[in-house]
Amino acid sequence: MASVTYDHATRVYPGTERPAVDQLNLQVEDGEFLVLVGPSGCGKSTSLRMLAGLEDVNGGHIYIGDRDVTDVQPKDRDIAMVFQNYALYPHMSVADNMGFALKIAGTPKAEIRQRVEEAAKILDLTEYLDRKPKALSGGQRQRVAMGRAIVRQPQVFLMDEPLSNLDAKLRVQTRTQIASLQRRLGVTTVYVTHDQTEALTMGDRIAVLKDGLLQQVGTPREMYDTPANTFVAGFIGSPAMNIGTFEVRDGKAVVGHAAVALERDVLDQLSDADNGKVVVGFRPESLDIAHDDSQDAFQVKVNLVEELGSDAFVYGELLSDGSAGDLHSGSSDQVIVRIDPREVPMKGDTIHVTIKQGQEHVFAPSTGARLSK
Amino acid sequence: MEQLKITSATPNSALLDLPWRLPLIDWPSDVLAALPRGISRHVVRFVRLDGRVLAIKEISQDVAFREYGMLRQLRKLEIPSVRPVGVVTGRTSDSGEPLEAALVTEHLAFSLPYRSVFSQWLRDETANRLIDALAVLIVRLHLAGFFWGDVSLSNTLFRRDAEQFAAYLVDAETGALHRELTRGQREHDLEIARVNIIGELMDLAAGELLDSEIDEVAFGNSLVDRYRDLWEALTGVEAFASDERWRVAARIERLNALGFDVGELDITTDIDGTTVRIQPQVVDAGHHSRRLLKLTGLDVQDNQARRLLNDLDSYQAATDRQEDDPQLVAHDWLQNVFHPTVRAVPRELRRKLEPAQLYHEILDHRWFISEQSGHDVPMPETVASYVKNVLRYRPDEKAILGMEPGDEPEGPEADYFHYAAAEPGDRD
Repeated sequence: MASVTYDHATRVYPGTERPAVDQLNLQVEDGEFLVLVGPSGCGKSTSLRMLAGLEDVNGGHIYIGDRDVTDVQPKDRDIAMVFQNYALYPHMSVADNMGFALKIAGTPKAEIRQRVEEAAKILDLTEYLDRKPKALSGGQRQRVAMGRAIVRQPQVFLMDEPLSNLDAKLRVQTRTQIASLQRRLGVTTVYVTHDQTEALTMGDRIAVLKDGLLQQVGTPREMYDTPANTFVAGFIGSPAMNIGTFEVRDGKAVVGHAAVALERDVLDQLSDADNGKVVVGFRPESLDIAHDDSQDAFQVKVNLVEELGSDAFVYGELLSDGSAGDLHSGSSDQVIVRIDPREVPMKGDTIHVTIKQGQEHVFAPSTGARLSK
Repeated sequence: MEQLKITSATPNSALLDLPWRLPLIDWPSDVLAALPRGISRHVVRFVRLDGRVLAIKEISQDVAFREYGMLRQLRKLEIPSVRPVGVVTGRTSDSGEPLEAALVTEHLAFSLPYRSVFSQWLRDETANRLIDALAVLIVRLHLAGFFWGDVSLSNTLFRRDAEQFAAYLVDAETGALHRELTRGQREHDLEIARVNIIGELMDLAAGELLDSEIDEVAFGNSLVDRYRDLWEALTGVEAFASDERWRVAARIERLNALGFDVGELDITTDIDGTTVRIQPQVVDAGHHSRRLLKLTGLDVQDNQARRLLNDLDSYQAATDRQEDDPQLVAHDWLQNVFHPTVRAVPRELRRKLEPAQLYHEILDHRWFISEQSGHDVPMPETVASYVKNVLRYRPDEKAILGMEPGDEPEGPEADYFHYAAAEPGDRD
């Protein structure tokens, strides 16, 4: 087992000017499950393929442990691309299906058997070892494929959108299985996905990329609670954070009919480039219903209520006299408010809401960088 | 509710008649032509429609569209691959449950799955030819910038190509087209191929379908060697003294002999002009098949074309027409030799092999019986002997699929191939 280090690693595709991955600096600790996440074209798969040796590294270095693998061929890197192909051989026993790569490598028979048995134990396949794959369920077959990677005892597992082919239900199931298996094995794992829910639920840490640039790395909690910029704020979390650009008046952000107080040091960090404005974000669950017309409450006209049993969400629009500050949530231009599912407003109602104390996220309009703590 | 939708460049309304409201695994045997062999990641079934055999694979919609587009691109790049027919989406069961999308491809006529090749001829030589064919296919894919990601014998179909085989890509699910492949991508594809081939051969050995003399690991390794030799021959830099210019023409001839045309060749000299370096930049497979197509209009595989071109050359010499327009000679050869020979084979036996393959085997047979009898045997007599002694005993190879529906073996896998009988009305 080993750590993985990207040291100013850069990939520029031939014929393009902008790097697909630009000076990536990232350290994956020994045994850690790191998820690379971002929208399509952000450079996450390219980063993984650079580690796998499939993409040339045009600048910087990549290390596995202390070893510089920048120019090492894929098969000599001691990594395993998991789930890439898992055709099982019908005439071979489950044990042979798991161990045949070791046989090719010339590993002694007794050692193959021992490693296969160890892997089978972890994967709950012990009683099937001498059977043919035909006798296995779909999920068990997938575990045999995983077993193939495990018996090789690689330094690092690489997984590139391994769940993208599965239907929604199996995806959730397999997600949990992979995560718990990785924790049991303790093998350093780099996992690529475009799905932020997958990232939040699986990773020890998450690295968010956009346009080839690393935006932020941290634990799921850190990414959710203190996003480093507006991109991460809008990308992590479902439903997405409400984000808008508002005018600053008397040290307060004007959100609809409300004035949201800003911290002194936030105001100090605003520059001329911000043009007297500030970006404020707040998550759907960071809002309280205000029963009176208090000064820091703003009004939301209800367009739709989504009831999920345990939760309910209002999708609506911010009411204001002037500009609504292009307040949006994710790709929708609506404000989302989580409400008590037992006190649900009607479509067309207007509700008054306030941001819970200290739960606003403030960013600079000019750079998108986080200003609040 | 979502509607059943077929996305296809060549729409065929008969596709609508298939039972799309059932999960593929539950399709009744009367619509199926065969079940595939082995254990696949996805459910795959073969159906017969309008005299063609179609392969249907259930996969998620995104993957289906991606693979469909990828196969279309490969066809445009003239890579030997299966023809994509379409993607079926918006499927729902009778109870309203959504069903997975389906990718439809046309089964390659006269193709042989590797398992069927091995179960017929358990010889080293056969395995070598399959490996050669696969190496050529991988090199062609890599030259086109295609990273396969799941190279294996199972994801390839083989067609007879004179005394060799030609390989076709069947599964492009894991593939991606790049502007140019890195060495790492090529090496990774090769390693996947090596491990998969060895695994597939070990599986045949476990099923007692492989000669126990065959060394599986050596075969997997030989693919890597074959690939490297071919890659070097096609793309390597060659340097020589400037008074050895004949080597430029020699290199081009060598590539032609391998079945490739040189589209672009870089020639550089060093400053004092004593050394010349050449490197092919663009090479296109199909040197012989292109030439034959131009002369005769026959569209066949490269080694078959090479064989037919040789026969055409002998015809030209025998009829003393070296000075004539080659296209005129070719036309006469087609009318007076090729077509009459193929037509002399009884119609019901003719569809066992492709016409060009049939002709190749007849030429082989002529050589064989001429040697035996000590004189040149004329063509009509050769055809009669070939039909009587060889072709009658050959399986019908137009559509070799998997198992007959309802014939799933119980217990230990009894591996055998169902030679789907051609239906009346199939093209002959």
